[in-house]
Amino acid sequence: MLIEFTDRGLYCPQGAFYIDPWRPVDKAIITHAHSDHARPGSGSYLCHRLTLPLLKLRLGDNVYQAVEWNEPVLINGVRVSLHPAGHIIGSSQIRIEYQGEVWVVSGDYKTENDGISGAFEPVPCHSFITESTFGLPIYNWKPQNSIFADMQNWVRKNQADGKTSVLIAYSLGKAQRILPALAAVTDKIFLHGAVWNVHQTLVEAGVGLPAVKKVDLDAPKEIFKSSVVIAPSGAEQSPWIQRFQPFEVGICSGWMQVRGNVRRRNADAGYALSDHADWPGLLSAIRATGAEKVFVTHGFQAALSRYLNELGIQAAEVRTEYGEDEFNEPEKVSET
Amino acid sequence: MASDNNIGAATGMRLFSELVVLLGTSTRTNDKLDALTRFFTAAADNDKVWVIALFSGRKPKRTVNATQLATWSLEMTNIPSWLFEESYHTVGDLAETIALLLPEAKDPEQDNSLSYYLSRLIEIGSESDIVKKDFILQCWAHMNKDERFVFNKLITGGFRIGISQKMIVNALARTTGTTASIIAHRISGNWDPSTSSFDSLLSESGAGSDISRPYPFYLAYALEDEPSTLGNPEDWQAEWKWDGIRGELIKREDQLFVWSRGEELMTERLPEYQAFHANLPDGVVLDGEIIGLKHRPDLPEKFSPLPFAVLQTRIGRKNVTKKQLTEAPVGFIAYDLLEYEGQDWRERPLKERRAQLEHIVNKVNHPLMHLSPIIPFDTWEELTAARETSRDRGSEGVMLKKKASPYQTGRKRGDWWKWKIDPLVIDAVMVYAQKGHGRRSNLYTDYTFAVRDGDKLVTFTKAYSGLTDKELGEVDAFVKRNSLEKFGPVRTVRPELVFEIAFEGIAASSRHKSGVALRFPRIARWRKDKKPDEINTLEDLKKILELHGK
Repeated sequence: MLIEFTDRGLYCPQGAFYIDPWRPVDKAIITHAHSDHARPGSGSYLCHRLTLPLLKLRLGDNVYQAVEWNEPVLINGVRVSLHPAGHIIGSSQIRIEYQGEVWVVSGDYKTENDGISGAFEPVPCHSFITESTFGLPIYNWKPQNSIFADMQNWVRKNQADGKTSVLIAYSLGKAQRILPALAAVTDKIFLHGAVWNVHQTLVEAGVGLPAVKKVDLDAPKEIFKSSVVIAPSGAEQSPWIQRFQPFEVGICSGWMQVRGNVRRRNADAGYALSDHADWPGLLSAIRATGAEKVFVTHGFQAALSRYLNELGIQAAEVRTEYGEDEFNEPEKVSET
Repeated sequence: MASDNNIGAATGMRLFSELVVLLGTSTRTNDKLDALTRFFTAAADNDKVWVIALFSGRKPKRTVNATQLATWSLEMTNIPSWLFEESYHTVGDLAETIALLLPEAKDPEQDNSLSYYLSRLIEIGSESDIVKKDFILQCWAHMNKDERFVFNKLITGGFRIGISQKMIVNALARTTGTTASIIAHRISGNWDPSTSSFDSLLSESGAGSDISRPYPFYLAYALEDEPSTLGNPEDWQAEWKWDGIRGELIKREDQLFVWSRGEELMTERLPEYQAFHANLPDGVVLDGEIIGLKHRPDLPEKFSPLPFAVLQTRIGRKNVTKKQLTEAPVGFIAYDLLEYEGQDWRERPLKERRAQLEHIVNKVNHPLMHLSPIIPFDTWEELTAARETSRDRGSEGVMLKKKASPYQTGRKRGDWWKWKIDPLVIDAVMVYAQKGHGRRSNLYTDYTFAVRDGDKLVTFTKAYSGLTDKELGEVDAFVKRNSLEKFGPVRTVRPELVFEIAFEGIAASSRHKSGVALRFPRIARWRKDKKPDEINTLEDLKKILELHGK
């Protein structure tokens, strides 16, 4: 076993490092900067170049080492390299090789190229550790362009009705992904403080993103009229949102695929736009690795691993402490 | 499920599915009303008639069953049946599960009318399964995801999309310029959407031909303040609130009809009501309670109500045996008079209607028909004291009606109030959880509760409602982290969370392990302050049964 499943996280005994540990360890390799995968308190962190500024933003000063995709490093004789996972900016799969055996940890991934996170790269391996957030056949995404077209129509209709369009999107990843589509229909885009902080960090790191403004808490209400606002989950229930009256709320999340979730969230519109692979995406990614053994983590691991076994791919469920929900991650909604 | 809110381009089924999506996601009553109004303006007349029928509970007879739908869709999706099941438990709705699983449509451009699909569905009822399957597969082949969902819903029944009949009525009133209460009356009763035209349905002459047509019920809001806020006790009439099914008893042109509040014609299910026929004057409509009754000549009111469970053994059955008629006799407690000598009496004051009602019921003079007893009181304190005796009388509390009030349409504030007694309560621990349906899909929201019996836990009820969305989220997270076992969709949960369960009544039951069945159980509150060893015992539950189980 090149990876052991321990109570601190995924551990490589030969290399003496952890991947996305959920407790502090000496040496951590981080797939991406979402807070359930990148936790504080470890001795040192290895990550992708574009993940680095985000880790600094979220975890503060630490010992960091940044690498490019496909730039191998040796750790105690184990060859480690990062490969695009297509989940969010900087997100990477971790390939580890030792004495001819290759394991890949997917982290979170999606197979559709969103134009901003890097195209998912299938990495051949013996053992593949895959996520399964949307590991049921009911999760079958529409192409991004078609969802963006729906979203743009919705914004246009709100503009015509004199309403502000408030889009609820995860502040790291989804918020940046929808920006180009929104910039095509408006030049009045405002960001919630939590989204703004991530946005600024990425712009400073050299990522090209459309021009936006931060929601100024002291600004007169009129400047938001008919604009587009991007805010993290939870903001739609806080008093903060009232300044945009009249407004409509649209939620961007893979969970919006099911009607009940849209209704439960009391959204005016739900967009099943996910940064995770859908069912066909998971299956194609797993097949492309050619792995003999698949370990299925966070999500519908029971269903996906049973299905893989029935297809003749040896698979097992593994319990992790990663969020199973795109919105599970605690986000700071309060303004800073 | 994105909606681009562009009603106008589509017609037929597409227009209808867009309406359903919009109604499903709108969070404001006005938006829903606008969407309905736009639909009633744009849709073809035949489709409008069907929409009125569907949203007022007139489902077409089921000609294809849920199992057939599931089997045929499974063949098309090429996934194992366990995975289909797993998907269904996550989505919580069969029609939607199928819509999400089917491969993408080959020819999504075709758009037939809603009435085409519904009349074809009725027609294939007499055809072979092969013809049925052919038709369904053909339909799926040219529908998008939202249309498939709506189409499947039409087949499986049970449209629950958060709009009331009141809203349909208001939208129709807006589109046609007719008063809402007149519309409400015209679309009630016995009419067939496949033979009614939109104009005849909403016109005076067309609807007048239906002699069974009931009036819309007047419903009361719950009284939340003290009764003294209602003013002078002299202006009010108080009656007991009975726990049966609200109904209308109609005799016109020498024929008897019984309607339930759910607008179901129940005449055939209640053969004992035929005994009222001879002495009931013609051209009469009574509002009252359909309820299990025991004749008690020894009591001043001459009857005592039977528990709701008794009525339940009857309402599902079309053919009633002699044994059932003796074991579970159903009577009628008359509340009000809506029509007399063929005239609409609803605008007259309650006092006048009640006086005439008393004459009518006395003339019928039958052990299964009674006047709703009036509770005598001079002060609100007296009524408060009387209300305390409700449960002993088998009543749920008190109804307050202004003596001068007309009989209004639908739920209205002001003239009528229901003042229910506080529910019975018991503290219990959650032991099983299952994912919910509709807006609670993929969330553990349906719970089974247990009380303590020595060192064992005994389950005694399920409850689905009473928690806020935030609390549901917390319980859901607890269930996911603390599952002990999985039985299909049900998870056994570590018995840690304590809830106060409220209920309206209790009856002995041999079908339940605990020996009791509760009426209207729901979660009153989450007792985060209590530990599982502080919950009530089976002994406590049996004491409540003895006290209140009649």
